[in-house]
Amino acid sequence: MAMIELGGKVYECAPPHSVLEALTAQGEAIPSGCRAGVCQSCLMRCLKGTPPAKSQEGLKTSLVQQGYFLACRCYPESDLTVALGDGPGLRQSAIVVRREMLNRDILALYLRPEAPFAYRPGQFLRLHKEANLSRCYSLASVPEFEDTLELHVRRIPDGRVSGWVHDTLAVGETVEIGDSTGHCFYVPERQDHPVLLLGTGSGLAPLYGIVRDALAQGHHGPVWLYHGSYALEGLYRQAALQELARRYPNFHYVPCVDQTGAAAEALGARTGTVLGALVADHGGFSKARVFLCGNPDMVKDARLKIFLGGASMADIFADPFLPSGS
Amino acid sequence: MSLYEQLGGDAAVNAAVDIFYRKVLQDDRISRFFVGVDMDKQAAKQKAFLTMAFGGPNSYTGLDMRRGHAHLVAQGLNDSHFDAVVEDLAATLKELGVSDALIGQVAAVAETTRNDILGK
Repeated sequence: MAMIELGGKVYECAPPHSVLEALTAQGEAIPSGCRAGVCQSCLMRCLKGTPPAKSQEGLKTSLVQQGYFLACRCYPESDLTVALGDGPGLRQSAIVVRREMLNRDILALYLRPEAPFAYRPGQFLRLHKEANLSRCYSLASVPEFEDTLELHVRRIPDGRVSGWVHDTLAVGETVEIGDSTGHCFYVPERQDHPVLLLGTGSGLAPLYGIVRDALAQGHHGPVWLYHGSYALEGLYRQAALQELARRYPNFHYVPCVDQTGAAAEALGARTGTVLGALVADHGGFSKARVFLCGNPDMVKDARLKIFLGGASMADIFADPFLPSGS
Repeated sequence: MSLYEQLGGDAAVNAAVDIFYRKVLQDDRISRFFVGVDMDKQAAKQKAFLTMAFGGPNSYTGLDMRRGHAHLVAQGLNDSHFDAVVEDLAATLKELGVSDALIGQVAAVAETTRNDILGK
């Protein structure tokens, strides 16, 4: 028999019952569906202890690495402390140390967390303005390179959080941030296979972290980053990405702009969409690991196109990136 | 040895799911039923379906099947579409080198869901 701790309460779990069965029988509401390890509705996260390997079969590697497991397939032999899939929602304070306009409506906000903050580049965190008002932002920083957290905040018309970040929040102020979440990050496996990253607008933020992380971790297969914007002046971090491409011959940076004309081409940008450029550059996508972030229509179209082009669904990563996260 | 074991269990399902989903999405007879669905969630459902058809562990009930497809039946889902899915499934297994005898068994398991899926 094992003891399962959830939200400060301790429950018994003994054969032949799974963690899902034990918890629901004792009154916890755990989402579930197929109860056969397939639909992943009962995804939970292990905070202490080691979940049985069987309970992590079929999960994306990035989820396994963070201790996620399927409660319906979990028959524990030792004690576990667990949380619902969304995590325990811990909060901590961080200080605004720098602000930098990246283009006319995207601001880089640099935060120094007051306590150690564990994350992988490409994950996101929740930035709290007040008790019931918060938004999620992707992390563009890499913990091995930077001791501050970097967020790219796009000004949304009438946005209550983005407006506050742009107009009011000053260097030196303290803000509340939630735990890092999301499974959109690089894991060092199949390092000779292609990695493709597509982003529009401030969707570059997680990709900027992921691409630097992948290269630093020794990914040696081709790495292509496509960043799209409405116009040349919407692109940002070009110099840093071009410098990265000079340092790593396997890395290719492809800026794309919607406008046509000689100006864009003179500066090395492609005209058209990121997906158009990607398709023009690659014959197929089998073996590719793919990261998508930005405009929801772009993410949807790219996911379909790239899957039909041969990438496995398990290798296509896209975090929900909505203009107004709840 | 069970059908599921003969096919190769969970690993076989994982090998089949991408191929099968790709065939279904590109099958003009049925692709319209998949427009606008969340692809990640749909892939998980395809996996559940394949696991069931392979004779693997599942707890789907006829009622789940009815509920899950009722909106599609309202859009005109009928026997010809069901046949198309079974054909795509057989083609997937063929591509993976599964014997005709086993393909026949998988098709027979899939067949048991026809009335529930079509709301008959």
